[in-house]
Amino acid sequence: MNGELKVALVGNPNTGKSTLFNVLTGLNQKTGNFPGVTVDKKTGFCKLPDSRSAKIIDLPGTYSLYPKSQDESIVFQVLADKTNPVHPDLVIFIADASNLKRNLLLYTQVADLKIPVIIALNMMDLADKGGIEISINELSSKLGVPVVPVSARRQQGIDALKQAVAFAGRIPLQQDTIEVEALAPGLISHIGRELQIDQPYTALQFAHQHETLKFLSQEQSDRIEELEQQYSFHSSKAQASETIARYNYINDVLFDTVKVKPKNGSETLSNRIDKVLTHKVGGFLIFFAILFVIFQAIFAWSEYPMGMIENLFVWLSDMFRSTLPAGVLTDLLVDGVLAGLSGVLVFIPQIAILFAFISILEDTGYMARVTFMMDKIMRKVGLNGKSVVPIIGGLACAVPSIMSTRNIENWKDRMITIMVTPLVSCSARLPIYTLLISLVVPDEKVWGFINMQGLALMAMYVLSIVSAIVVAWIMKGIIRSRERGYFIMELPVYRMPRWNTVLLNMYEKVKTFVLEAGKIIVAISIVLWVMASYGPGNRFEQIEAQYRSPQYTQKYSPEELDRMVSSARLENSYAGVLGKTIEPVIKPLGYDWKIGISLITSFAAREVFVGTMATIYSVEGDDSHMDTVREKMRSARDPKTGLPVFTTAVAFSLMIFYAFAMQCMSTVAVVYRETKSWKWPTIQVAYMTAMAYFAALLVYQLLK
Amino acid sequence: MKLSQLEPGQAGVIKEFTDLEMSVKLMEMGCLPGEPIVVERIAPFGDPMAITVSGYQLSLRKREASTIILHR
Repeated sequence: MNGELKVALVGNPNTGKSTLFNVLTGLNQKTGNFPGVTVDKKTGFCKLPDSRSAKIIDLPGTYSLYPKSQDESIVFQVLADKTNPVHPDLVIFIADASNLKRNLLLYTQVADLKIPVIIALNMMDLADKGGIEISINELSSKLGVPVVPVSARRQQGIDALKQAVAFAGRIPLQQDTIEVEALAPGLISHIGRELQIDQPYTALQFAHQHETLKFLSQEQSDRIEELEQQYSFHSSKAQASETIARYNYINDVLFDTVKVKPKNGSETLSNRIDKVLTHKVGGFLIFFAILFVIFQAIFAWSEYPMGMIENLFVWLSDMFRSTLPAGVLTDLLVDGVLAGLSGVLVFIPQIAILFAFISILEDTGYMARVTFMMDKIMRKVGLNGKSVVPIIGGLACAVPSIMSTRNIENWKDRMITIMVTPLVSCSARLPIYTLLISLVVPDEKVWGFINMQGLALMAMYVLSIVSAIVVAWIMKGIIRSRERGYFIMELPVYRMPRWNTVLLNMYEKVKTFVLEAGKIIVAISIVLWVMASYGPGNRFEQIEAQYRSPQYTQKYSPEELDRMVSSARLENSYAGVLGKTIEPVIKPLGYDWKIGISLITSFAAREVFVGTMATIYSVEGDDSHMDTVREKMRSARDPKTGLPVFTTAVAFSLMIFYAFAMQCMSTVAVVYRETKSWKWPTIQVAYMTAMAYFAALLVYQLLK
Repeated sequence: MKLSQLEPGQAGVIKEFTDLEMSVKLMEMGCLPGEPIVVERIAPFGDPMAITVSGYQLSLRKREASTIILHR
């Protein structure tokens, strides 16, 4: 639809922009990428009072149009490039009323691009509490644009905002803010003439940012560079005088529109919370207590729903077995697809719980405090306080976490963060850990309340974070730095988490996990099933002939024979041959060829390990009764010795292997995309695989 | 005196900056000449620090704070 109204949401971080976006669009939204870059683009639709519908685009939060990260640079690129498919007809500028001065800096920049603007004044309640009195009408007439007070959290003022959007014309009404031409006399009009830019401020921004603007051609960018030389343009100086000029204008505007009553001296609640949460000792204790609760919850709360999902799949398999005609297709469906899927889908509850907690920590503002507390230590090991967010996010998934490192301004800090984030135990390892832990760690309580299995899981997580820190520290000495780092970050006021945001986040993450992982798993399960069910040459016929000979039929019962046949078939299948080939390499780690098959298939994604195990044991096992993967693995015996395959040593060796190994195609791809070279992902795969192999070797040899 | 020399609870008014590039970033975050600053707390390991400036809390490292000169 071409004639539809496009509205962009622009504002500082922590102003409630995402909340407003959710309120305006409801569940009617989708996430994609901005063309050419990997920045999340959230768009949605909003019904206007006049029954038109507007397309809402959520732009990344930023403090100014001068970007400090790739995400932030999107804002100017969308607003300045009229050919961009999401170039808006109207901007809703969302401002935090309790911090109007700093918020208006970005407003004045956006206003000077001369796109029609409406200001949504959020957090009026906070401003009230802080004794700030804003006369809306005065402010609106001074700036020349509609100002609508809203409360995105309480969904107040939303109708008035929609009304204002519906009434907005296509002509920018805002007052001029500063004398833009004076910031780079001659240069601005020259660029404007040559590139046919009608707005002087857009031309000035081109002068500042031409090297990174994707929509400028090389010739255009070179020409701007030439002109800058000609007019001896100094970017930092011009930016400093622009910022001062803008604040002078803002002070004029605010002088008689905002009254601040003197505070009554009582400390704000946020400050009192900070005293506890960022306390020298208490702060860290609380942080570890929170992590402890999260891991206990992952086990305790997920038990019931996981049991239900397991039973559902057992029931489904039984049903397909009994209703569908026996044959190859049914085998493929039950032993291949269903077995592979159930192995992974069963972990949805645990993943959902983990994502919910991470989302709550971010939403309340606590994550920013963790960043603040950790900066000094993180810097010691070559990271940055802001590395804490990707590293904690890495607990969920390395892919979005590596993308979130874009907020780290320093190149070296960012590279090291990218290199170590995949070491952090992501949710894809969770299925492997929980499966193996439940096999070898007793489900008992120590001191009456600490669950042993939960403790073992937490140990795996602590190990992953420690290893990330150690590797970072080593890399700090290896990677050469090019620039100095800095750390200037807003500490947002503490808030109650917005439960819809948490739920929405949880839903989206689980959906992505199921779809992305599900695709790979179904594909790999099918390939694996074929490889495990067929073998080279006529080996299968030979097996049948061998075991059906009187020599065997007299000695063993039919059931025993069936089991021996299936296991011999698996051993001689394509998958078996492959597993056998790598067996000599993995034997010292305690793995047999069946685990070898899983190691190969799970190179694409770690969670495939569980699915592969399920498929292998389903193909091998008899079809008369359906077990869960766990039961199948528990009863697995070494055919030669008759001892259990999954001993404590093997299980821990496997867990350590998966803790360190880079078994994830998506992460390799995202590292390539973010670092723009194959050098970094190659180094990463190499060092992680080596680390995994030797650590697993050590563990197995010690525990054996 | 420099902002980095203040203890928690102490206050001052921004006079000027010693580093042009850093000053641009600081001004965007609301640290402007003439603006009062209060040091709220210092992180457990002695760095960074949290300050209140133009109505909100900002955290910055001591090295960045040392580029801000205060009236006292």
